[in-house]
Amino acid sequence: MRNLQMELLQILKEDCRLPLEQLATMTGASLEEVAAAIAEMEKSGVILRYSPVINWDKVAKERVEAMIEVRVTPQRDQGFDAIAERIYRFDEVKSVYLMSGAYDLLLLVEAPTLKELAFFVSTKLSTLETVTGTATHFVLKRYKSEGIIFEDGKEDKRLVVMA
Amino acid sequence: MSLNAKDYLNRDIVNVPKSGIRKFFDVAQTMPGAISLGVGEPDFVTPYHIRNAAINSILDGETQYTSNWGLLELRQEIALYMKSRFQLTYDPAKEVLITVGASEGIDLALRILVNPGDEVLVPQPSYVSYAPGVVFAGGKPVSVRTDASNGFALTPEAVLEALTPNTKAIILPYPNNPTGGILDREGLEKLAKLFVEKDLIVISDEIYAELTYTDEGHVSIATMPGMWERTIVINGFSKSFAMTGWRMGYLCAPAAFCDVMCKIHQYTIMCAPRQGQVAALQALRQGREDGWQDVAQMRSSYNQRRRLMVKAFRDMGLECFEPMGAFYVFPAIPKVGLTSEQFCEKLLREMEVVAVPGTAFGECGEGHIRCCYATALNLLNEALSRIAQFVKNL
Repeated sequence: MRNLQMELLQILKEDCRLPLEQLATMTGASLEEVAAAIAEMEKSGVILRYSPVINWDKVAKERVEAMIEVRVTPQRDQGFDAIAERIYRFDEVKSVYLMSGAYDLLLLVEAPTLKELAFFVSTKLSTLETVTGTATHFVLKRYKSEGIIFEDGKEDKRLVVMA
Repeated sequence: MSLNAKDYLNRDIVNVPKSGIRKFFDVAQTMPGAISLGVGEPDFVTPYHIRNAAINSILDGETQYTSNWGLLELRQEIALYMKSRFQLTYDPAKEVLITVGASEGIDLALRILVNPGDEVLVPQPSYVSYAPGVVFAGGKPVSVRTDASNGFALTPEAVLEALTPNTKAIILPYPNNPTGGILDREGLEKLAKLFVEKDLIVISDEIYAELTYTDEGHVSIATMPGMWERTIVINGFSKSFAMTGWRMGYLCAPAAFCDVMCKIHQYTIMCAPRQGQVAALQALRQGREDGWQDVAQMRSSYNQRRRLMVKAFRDMGLECFEPMGAFYVFPAIPKVGLTSEQFCEKLLREMEVVAVPGTAFGECGEGHIRCCYATALNLLNEALSRIAQFVKNL
């Protein structure tokens, strides 16, 4: 990956709403170069989406999240991919990871209520043929996500003025 | 009636003015919403592996003095660092001294050189402690002016103008705080020739060496012909490794200088704190092993913000020299009859943005303000837009 692309990713990761002009200024590249580098990364799938990191706890809407460990029987020729695909097609499933260790897949699942989430596990997930077991862990509080600390009061410990 | 302490104090020291920055500090403290571009340190915290090395050292019971010179392993690592980064050769046994911050280094260097009546040249604008340091050492500081027209670089002409038969030494503060100016190879060659010819000792404060944004990177005056033997290089871990609060610095100089500096250090300080030394050792070891990744990452991040600041000030219609070192910009303020200090006070009260008046760094800093860009991007953008609005309404 080119240096400019890498530098742009590092900046966009912090704030993807910066105007192209500012990105050009910061990297010392021309506006055209920056636009082309970003377009290329969008096309090749390096950049998938520009979305905000939301602290849902501050939004009144009720919402339940759980991490679900899933044990599955891998299928001949397809390994875990086929079952992972079955699972990630459910709207409730926000993330799916293939894991090493005591279980196979880790899901991040979201639903409007506790009941609906439980219903998803019992009727949609556990009933899949190759799923041999699940363990659901409800998320009680989110402290940090995507590298961002969700707690308030992250203070700058530096002196305001120093020579 | 109790005694009047003032009658007993050393007049020269009493007469040194307090840092002009203090007043600002007091006002800014009362405004929690203010965005500060007045800081003088990185916005990163010390990398985890460095912090952890110090913790482990404490847990392992390493609580004793070190040698007066500092841990030998650390001095060896510094010698390797100076060689690989700046092509400077020092003997770790007697040409490297670990100090309590680069600040102690400045003090030691001045104290071993200055005899009563000696003059020390101090290029300005520059860091606030040089001139007072010369006075504390019993010497006379002589300000040498630098200005924006030649990138705040020290010129041989300016040095010649300030020279007298009493001139003993010169402080070389590059990369420069507050201007961000640097000395390039060509400029250094000319100065070196003059310093040799006029037999001056050079105290080269290279604390911002790693924050140099040219392709060539930092060049030390001590690499110039005839200069190694007459240069005391001062450096430290504060800026390059985000370790300001650890107070870890070092001096590199010919043994004959180091030996005397160590004598003062031995009687006044004993040794730099052990855990700071252990942390510094970790910083250098890891850096050498991974090709200075942390430093490169930090420099690249500062460099982005540096370009942003320069452009923003120029877009406001202000003259802003493009700094190639440190993490400050030093734009000129609009000529509307305000002094730098008045400008900064008004900016703070009306827009809640802290900048430091150029005069804090010497009289010739008048007409400029220092803005530090070692602050989160969103805060910088907010501060810049407030300053733009402020300038527009002046």
